[in-house]
Amino acid sequence: MAIAELMHDHHQHCDAAFAEAEDALRQGRWTAGRAALAAFSRDMESHFAAEEDILFPAFEEATGMVEGPTKVMSYEHDQMRDLLSQMMSAADAADADEFAGAAETLLVLMQQHNAKEEHILYPMCDSALDAETLAPRLQQRLAGSDALA
Amino acid sequence: MPADLSFDQAPPIGVPFRFFLTAPWFGVAAGCLLLWQGGDLLASRWTPGTLALTHLLVLGFMLQAMTGALFQFVPVAAGGNLWRAATVATIVHPAFAVGALLLCTGFLFPWPHCLPAAAALLATAGAIFVAVLGRALFTTPAVGPTVTALRGAAFALAVTLGLGALLVAGLTTGQAWPFADLVHVHVAWGFGGWALLLLAGVSITVVPMFQMTPPFPRRAANMFPWLVAGSLLLWSGRLGVLPAGPAHAGIYALLALAAAYFATTLRLQARRRRKIDDANVLMFRTAMGSGLAAAVLCAWLGTGLAGSDDDRLQLAAGVLLVATFVFAINGMLYKIVPFLNWLHLKRLGGPRALPPNMNRMIPAESMDRQVRMQLAAFALLLAATLWPGLARPAGAALVVSFGWLGRNLIGGVATYRRFRNAIPAASSTRDAG
Repeated sequence: MAIAELMHDHHQHCDAAFAEAEDALRQGRWTAGRAALAAFSRDMESHFAAEEDILFPAFEEATGMVEGPTKVMSYEHDQMRDLLSQMMSAADAADADEFAGAAETLLVLMQQHNAKEEHILYPMCDSALDAETLAPRLQQRLAGSDALA
Repeated sequence: MPADLSFDQAPPIGVPFRFFLTAPWFGVAAGCLLLWQGGDLLASRWTPGTLALTHLLVLGFMLQAMTGALFQFVPVAAGGNLWRAATVATIVHPAFAVGALLLCTGFLFPWPHCLPAAAALLATAGAIFVAVLGRALFTTPAVGPTVTALRGAAFALAVTLGLGALLVAGLTTGQAWPFADLVHVHVAWGFGGWALLLLAGVSITVVPMFQMTPPFPRRAANMFPWLVAGSLLLWSGRLGVLPAGPAHAGIYALLALAAAYFATTLRLQARRRRKIDDANVLMFRTAMGSGLAAAVLCAWLGTGLAGSDDDRLQLAAGVLLVATFVFAINGMLYKIVPFLNWLHLKRLGGPRALPPNMNRMIPAESMDRQVRMQLAAFALLLAATLWPGLARPAGAALVVSFGWLGRNLIGGVATYRRFRNAIPAASSTRDAG
């Protein structure tokens, strides 16, 4: 399986988890919403870990590009972690307005980030790396396990 | 300290914002023109007043907003590096704005130098922008239907501006050219090429992502820009190259493609996972509905059946076409401006900065009311094409709706500046607003 396809599919999975959490919390279903938000947080962290621990180092080693795309993507991961933290604080405080604003901002940031990865970085990874070797390790980490990482 | 941002090559915030903040005031000018000339302006699509009104909206509002959006979208979503974006924007922005004003002045008043000056300014600025845009789009490592559609849009903009300059040259030097045919081709490249390909190209990326819809059908999305280009070339053959039959097949193919895009987008939006109904979603859906109605009406006007040559219906089709793109742009501005505010404040302030979230940049209530006013204004304008007595109320509504949009965007910039000024100077090493 190509790296681009694998990572795109996981983006879709994270999108679905985000939508479920946002839908519940915007409707004031706080208990269910907090659980869905925690699940989204785990999915997002698994995705970031797969990239930061496996994909980005492999890309940097293969291309020598250590100050380019991967550094920008990691910086945006931190921005998304900040926003997710704001969403969780707002959910804990049952603050619907603050949650909605942080969620809206995270969504746009996340999607423009995903667009850059899917249109530019992942195709570059598929060109520069051996997908057959890397894909199983990425799949393992995306599933939330670091056993093969 | 942020990482090296050379990957996303996002321009300084002032680059897209100068276009966004200028655009609504052309809409206000369009409303003022309707207030001044009233129903006489809508007597036919060929009156000087109608030409001025149309160009205030398409060359003033639409071109400004679409150019600003491309300065942001091409580097970030298409990976294209726009050469010296800030310098190019400094040249192109005033040239497009002054050019649009001169052109509309030239339509309205018998001042002989206005039209040639406008044509020269717009053609020169257009050539610079298309060259820079084209270079970015043909050197990007990104692939896919969005990049192909944007390349087509850039080419179509060049053709549209070129034909516009040719029309001005022919009119001002008294040539006996087939002006009506040239105008038909000019309009098709403007709406069906530049505006449609840009909107479709952006939609293919943005709609599934922000509204969480299923993706556009991949094969159709890949073929769409090529089919649109082929249809436009066929239609252009009416300028003495092809017989009427194939040329008409071209325009009907273009209308069918446009209708398919609008209908597909509506169908996908109906299946969106994210159920938030904000100003952006409302405007995007209404835009698609308006586009669908415009395509159907244009197709009927081309049949030659009884009543299909009615001036009022031709004007109504024009209003629906313009409304399609104005609505989509209006809605998108309410996503782009708050997000760019947040993004640039975050970069300026560093990791510990907590800029206000997007919903605090422009009050949601004000955005919701403004877009409803915009819908009402264009509904009145559409009605005024059938009942010219409504022209002045429509003009007043356009002044209010576009002025409100301008005020909301200025408010967003004021929020940005307030928080930027609160960031300690030591962390403010990048950017300028």
